[in-house]
Amino acid sequence: MPDVMEKQMVLFDAAPESYRHWKLKVDGRVATLLMDVNEDAGLRPGYKLKLNSYDLGVDIELQDALQRIRFEHPEAACVVISSAKERMFCAGANIYMLGLSSHGWKVNFCKFTNETRNGMEDSSRNDGLKSLAALNGTTAGGGYELALACDEILLVDDRSSAVSLPETPLLGVLPGTGGLTRVVDKRKVRRDLADLFCTNADGVKGERAKQWGLVDEIAAPARFGALVAERAQALAAGSTRSAGAKGIKLNPLKRNIDDSGYRYEHVNVGFDRGARAATLNVSGPRGTQPRNGNEIHAAGDSWWPLAMARELDDAILMLRTNEPELGLLLLKTEGDATAVLTNDALMVANGEDWLVRETIGMLRRTFGRLDVSSRSLFALIEPGSCFAGTLFELALAADRSYMLAAAEDEATLPKIALSEMNFGLLPMVNGSGRLAARFHGQAPKLEELRKLSGQKLDAEAAIETGLVTVAPDDLDWEDEIRIAIEERVSLSPDALTGMEASLRFGGAENLLTKIFGRLSAWQNWVFIRPNATGEQGALKVFGKGSKAKFDWERV
Amino acid sequence: MDSNYQDRIPNNVDLGSNRTLQRALEHWQPEFLNWWHGLGPSDFNANDIYLRTAISVDTKGWATFGYVKMPEYRWGIFLAQPEADRRIGFGDHYGQPAWQQIPGEHRSTLRRLIVTQGDTEPASVEQQRLLGHTAPSLYDMRNLFQVNVEEGRHLWAMVYLLHAYFGRDGREEAEELLERHSGDADKPRILSTFNEPISDWLSFYMFTYFTDRDGKFQLKSLAESSFDPLSRTCRFMLTEEAHHMFVGDTGIGRVIKRTIEVMKELGTDDPVSVRKAGAIDLPTVQKYLNFWFSSSLDLFGGDSSSNAASYFANGLKGRPDEEKYEDHLAVGQSYTLELPDGKGGVRQEQIPMRNAMNEVVRESYVRDCEKGLARWNKLLEDAGYPHRMFLPSVRFRRTVGSWAGIPTDLNGKPISAEEFAAHETEWLPTEGDRAYVHSLMKGVFERGKMAGWIAPPERGINTQTTDFEYVKLH
Repeated sequence: MPDVMEKQMVLFDAAPESYRHWKLKVDGRVATLLMDVNEDAGLRPGYKLKLNSYDLGVDIELQDALQRIRFEHPEAACVVISSAKERMFCAGANIYMLGLSSHGWKVNFCKFTNETRNGMEDSSRNDGLKSLAALNGTTAGGGYELALACDEILLVDDRSSAVSLPETPLLGVLPGTGGLTRVVDKRKVRRDLADLFCTNADGVKGERAKQWGLVDEIAAPARFGALVAERAQALAAGSTRSAGAKGIKLNPLKRNIDDSGYRYEHVNVGFDRGARAATLNVSGPRGTQPRNGNEIHAAGDSWWPLAMARELDDAILMLRTNEPELGLLLLKTEGDATAVLTNDALMVANGEDWLVRETIGMLRRTFGRLDVSSRSLFALIEPGSCFAGTLFELALAADRSYMLAAAEDEATLPKIALSEMNFGLLPMVNGSGRLAARFHGQAPKLEELRKLSGQKLDAEAAIETGLVTVAPDDLDWEDEIRIAIEERVSLSPDALTGMEASLRFGGAENLLTKIFGRLSAWQNWVFIRPNATGEQGALKVFGKGSKAKFDWERV
Repeated sequence: MDSNYQDRIPNNVDLGSNRTLQRALEHWQPEFLNWWHGLGPSDFNANDIYLRTAISVDTKGWATFGYVKMPEYRWGIFLAQPEADRRIGFGDHYGQPAWQQIPGEHRSTLRRLIVTQGDTEPASVEQQRLLGHTAPSLYDMRNLFQVNVEEGRHLWAMVYLLHAYFGRDGREEAEELLERHSGDADKPRILSTFNEPISDWLSFYMFTYFTDRDGKFQLKSLAESSFDPLSRTCRFMLTEEAHHMFVGDTGIGRVIKRTIEVMKELGTDDPVSVRKAGAIDLPTVQKYLNFWFSSSLDLFGGDSSSNAASYFANGLKGRPDEEKYEDHLAVGQSYTLELPDGKGGVRQEQIPMRNAMNEVVRESYVRDCEKGLARWNKLLEDAGYPHRMFLPSVRFRRTVGSWAGIPTDLNGKPISAEEFAAHETEWLPTEGDRAYVHSLMKGVFERGKMAGWIAPPERGINTQTTDFEYVKLH
């Protein structure tokens, strides 16, 4: 069943006119997103999305809606997330969908869901887009995890509606998409109360939910609407998003898909199925580029950094979901490094402009998606490439980078360059810039590199400064790369995923890395254990009227 | 102490020697009485009413009649006599000894089941609180109050279980049962049917016939529970619940009987003439029936239900009269559901039997409902009228389950929303119908007198005559 179910290609395209599960309304400073899941419109056959439960399709629309608010409605400073169903906010991820899904599908689904929630916090922290969960009814599991990602949580007090994380008692899995970690780390719920909360399938309601810190405020139904409006306005008042901003239109991506890959305007993905690898080639800006804020706005979604980021984001998601066997991504770039650096300077100079700020946010989240992709990443820095500034982040995101060092025609040899964009504007999810993380935050080293900012560096300088990994000459290049690829793809994909994730995020942990790490390790471990997904596992038998049979041994 | 408790709260649960329980109930009882005064029957609390009180569970004690003022009613706690060596009758624990204590793993589910059941008991009292003023006779007024005090006792029964077996959470839930109020938008009752006020007696009879009958089937399902105290509690409640349905069954019968008399006198069954003569025309009765039958069907839950499956598997809630079934495990069997096909037709789908338990119980319920229909139609047949009352299809006007929101005709044939709208006034009570029924609602408080829209009962309560002074108003 999972195989049949997951064979059909998943696209991450959505548009408000054709949402099946959400209603987006923008009224001045407040955008309202009402969850109204169409139970017959699951992404895959075999389950019904009852009680506002969600699958990947529901979350794709949520992600799209948030993108629309970011770019098309910059005047909206607070997004209220609520439900159009009576006395039911959201029952969480659909259990039957999880029961039918393969391990990989579950992991991908959780990861995407997690990224969307992280993205809400990212937008609140960096770009002033606040979010308010208006829980107008029962809020369970992933529904509460969605609420936890908001800046504030309001719960209706109708003497029945509760918030709950019933995953452990009901399903034998974890509220692992941020639930457990955010309850303690973000909401600061006392750990013993959290223990009670996370083992009680019925959850906690009303005054106690507020006392424990699970929600910020409660109100009876008659007053709930007024409270939501009041809090939304208050959150909006503290936002840096400007009421006078005028949005741009996000047009559908121009994308061709065929057996050999995905082709966008600035991003080209080529499959090499024999090698179990894909080449992800990103082009720099071409032709006349905007030179100031007005021209950026006039360009709108065709402005290179935004267009490129949207395409790259889509390509990463498409690869993750539809091409699980392409385990190695070869990151390449092509174009004019100077044009990239010029554009970087323009972004830095116009950092106060909402569109520039949101575009940097989009770049930040997109590179962040690459960081947490369970694919090996090799950057190949070849003639004609433009690994400069923003695009050098691709090389920094890679597990290793190869740069051509010598060739007969010296003039064609590739150069790399740093820009201000590499010094903290595009942090990874752990809050650290990739360059800073690469050198474990050593200040003298970063100072030295900053002085080189804007300079084109050849392979020798790149090796010298530690910005690339290996620099073969043209005689060795082909063999070196071939062997590196063949060797890499021969290793255990599971071990690689764990190894890469461990090495990529050096330094201090934060909320997001904890969530990601625990989702990757604990939740995905629980997912493959027979106690969850064996024939008698809790997740498998849920709703079928038989009881899970556990192996009682603690591991 | 012992006899004092026996006196104030008649019981067979050894309340006198259980200090924890005493303390809990002592705290709860004043709140219950506050609730009764605030949201129980309005007025009439100072009047002597000829009520039945249960003072023990044997055949003599469970129905002791006498005049009582409602607030002084002795709401007792009774469990049916224990069955020696009772075994679990269904599900995965089939054949094992029944539970005398709650297994920790089922604690929250059982609590939810008990709270949901318990919530309906005071809810119906709240829904009916104004009806006393428009009672068609003292006999009916007494029956209303009998139903009300017994719903109050059923609330006690559930509160006892919450206090005795669920610790602090149980006590809190018991308090919440008095905090939620029917129709209160800020703290509504859990099930939406119990938030609609019942403001006329035709609705009251329909409610006691159809909605209380849902209660009967829920109680029968819970009477099968592996948790023995719940099973015993529900078994005893069922003896009282029978009277509530009797009120509905005979009430609707008497309305029809009176209408037949009027039709005979007039020599016509023309609704307009019937109404002019002060009776309720049969099409209106049928419309009320359509309304209450369909809303009561929703109370059984979704037709394919993971909750129902897990209740059955874990032995928490069974099928009514489980012993009638041959196979008590219901594993590997399937049930064929008829579902809307989304194209205006019907398709069939096989689902595992355990997931279909709500549907299985709903089917038994529908068969049980048919019995009253047969009696009422016998009245029509004996009077020589070809008109027959009927139950609409279970697909009609549903708001829960696969047919929720799918317009159908009374036979369950899917139709367009426009077609439904065009026929709605023929199928469901209109504002005009309700206004007419309301216009008849004038209290008749003279001994032996009866409102003109309803026939007198065949016999009185507890061998008393029908003109007995069931409620002392002076």
